[in-house]
Amino acid sequence: MTHDAPRLLACGDTAFTIEFGDRIDPALSARVLALDAALRAEPPPGLCETVPTYRSLTVHLDPLVADPERFGRAVLALAAEPLPPPATARLWRIPVVYGGEFGIDLDAVAAHHGIAPEAVIERHAAPEYRVAMIGFLPGYAYLEGLDPGLALSRHPHPRPVTPAGTISIGGAQALVASIAAPSGWHLLGRTPFRNFVPARDPVFLLRPGDRVRFMPTPAERWDALAAAAEAGQTVAEPSAA
Amino acid sequence: MSGVLHLLRLSGAASIQDGGRPGFLRDGLSASGPMDRLAHAAANVLVGNPPDAAAIELGLAGATLRAEGGPVRLALAGACGPLRLDGEPLADHRSFLLAEGAELTLGRPRAGVFATLAVAGGFGLHPVLGSVALHRRAALGGLDGRPLREGDRLPLAGSAPAGAADLCLDPVPLESDRPIRVVLGPQDDCFASDGLATFLEQEFTVSGQADRMGYQLDGPAIAHGEGGFNIVSDATVMGSVQVPGTGRPIVLMADRQTTGGYPKIATVVSADLRRIAQRRPGEAVRFEAVDLATARKLAQGRAAARDALQENLRPVVGAAERLMAANVAGAAVDAFRDD
Repeated sequence: MTHDAPRLLACGDTAFTIEFGDRIDPALSARVLALDAALRAEPPPGLCETVPTYRSLTVHLDPLVADPERFGRAVLALAAEPLPPPATARLWRIPVVYGGEFGIDLDAVAAHHGIAPEAVIERHAAPEYRVAMIGFLPGYAYLEGLDPGLALSRHPHPRPVTPAGTISIGGAQALVASIAAPSGWHLLGRTPFRNFVPARDPVFLLRPGDRVRFMPTPAERWDALAAAAEAGQTVAEPSAA
Repeated sequence: MSGVLHLLRLSGAASIQDGGRPGFLRDGLSASGPMDRLAHAAANVLVGNPPDAAAIELGLAGATLRAEGGPVRLALAGACGPLRLDGEPLADHRSFLLAEGAELTLGRPRAGVFATLAVAGGFGLHPVLGSVALHRRAALGGLDGRPLREGDRLPLAGSAPAGAADLCLDPVPLESDRPIRVVLGPQDDCFASDGLATFLEQEFTVSGQADRMGYQLDGPAIAHGEGGFNIVSDATVMGSVQVPGTGRPIVLMADRQTTGGYPKIATVVSADLRRIAQRRPGEAVRFEAVDLATARKLAQGRAAARDALQENLRPVVGAAERLMAANVAGAAVDAFRDD
């Protein structure tokens, strides 16, 4: 279902969600990020924080300052207006070692689609992705732009632990995982890049709207890159558009 | 020199919490902070701290602590068990001095889950992203990014102010006798009408899977609508009631995942977050839908109760006050009621 107009959804007295649609779609994400940028440029009284996702923007507010109902309707009206796209996003080139112990599901994904593992790597590394949202756990970057030919529903039984830096796909989504966590997604590779490092300034690097490219990297380079990352280097320097 | 609070014994969950770490939801980091903000504020106000100062949050825990390197002024509020100072019984919801070398024993709470033990001056811990609150999943804040454990020596930020009077407050009520109020949505339209009826009319119980991330509830399964139980992930808030494919609701709490792909039938109003937090495994939960205007009034009432803590402080005067127990403060409890 596509919503012609955004919808206002209640999330209790301290938040509401502006829903632009119920699917993963670059056009929806662009509207989410445009509304996010507009609110952050001129925060209305009572605004606490905003959370962009693939298809919606959740707005947190202080109910002692702002009336959640009126605030929600005002933001809904803003969401229905044509808004300027956010400022040009940064591009991150993220090194990925694919397959083997780094991406234990690569061969199975290839077999499922009836193509060679090298073709999966090629198709996963070809697009320029956009960070649609950071969520679930600190620094988990959910991307849009996955080749539809790679889409694959999640494992029915999630693995209890997948390593930090896991590069995976699930459904039509692509993910850069920051910390170790359970996952039902398909693990294609791993990156030494860390989006979330509490002791680093800045703690988080990727932002919603940023662009991402995956750079296939030989396994022999892992140790050097991992050591550089350990020493505090980002190993995926951003560049302006 | 500044002293330490030595955690000699601990059974149950304990972590450092302060007002929390808002502002990073867009980075996937939930705010943490106290599960019962009113109890946290009460304990802090009793020892002269700002309401959101760092303190020890105990979850269904018992503990023994010793002051080392100097005396320390303490207060316990929220879900309290029997307190003993060097073996002598002591009331909760009051401040007292723990002399150097003296031992404080906290029994497991008689009712409720979370208690806050506040320390005058707070702890000498380094804030991460502006807060010392532990976020366990992110290994962030607290003492070395982890929960407290036996043997920990918690560094104190200051020394106990000399000559400060012992103060007390009416116990903050746990309000476990009434339904948890919710605002329906954001995805109540993902549920069949009988699913909504199950949610609002049936009784649930808190399961054994209940922690600072979320409270899974047992009870009748809540039926989804024809669209099924998967949505494209969107954001959660503290109090989101998400219903996965099993139909068993989970109330997401302070350390929750920030986004999720299950529909959320309702959201616990902010004023009742502490009330659901204080329900322990096996205890009953019923939900009652209210509108946003009511939810906002409840939030204002809760804020007023918190602001009133400071002016309600009174000196501990005698044996009656010392031994005043939570269950005899009936009139005081009514003063906190917000309807």
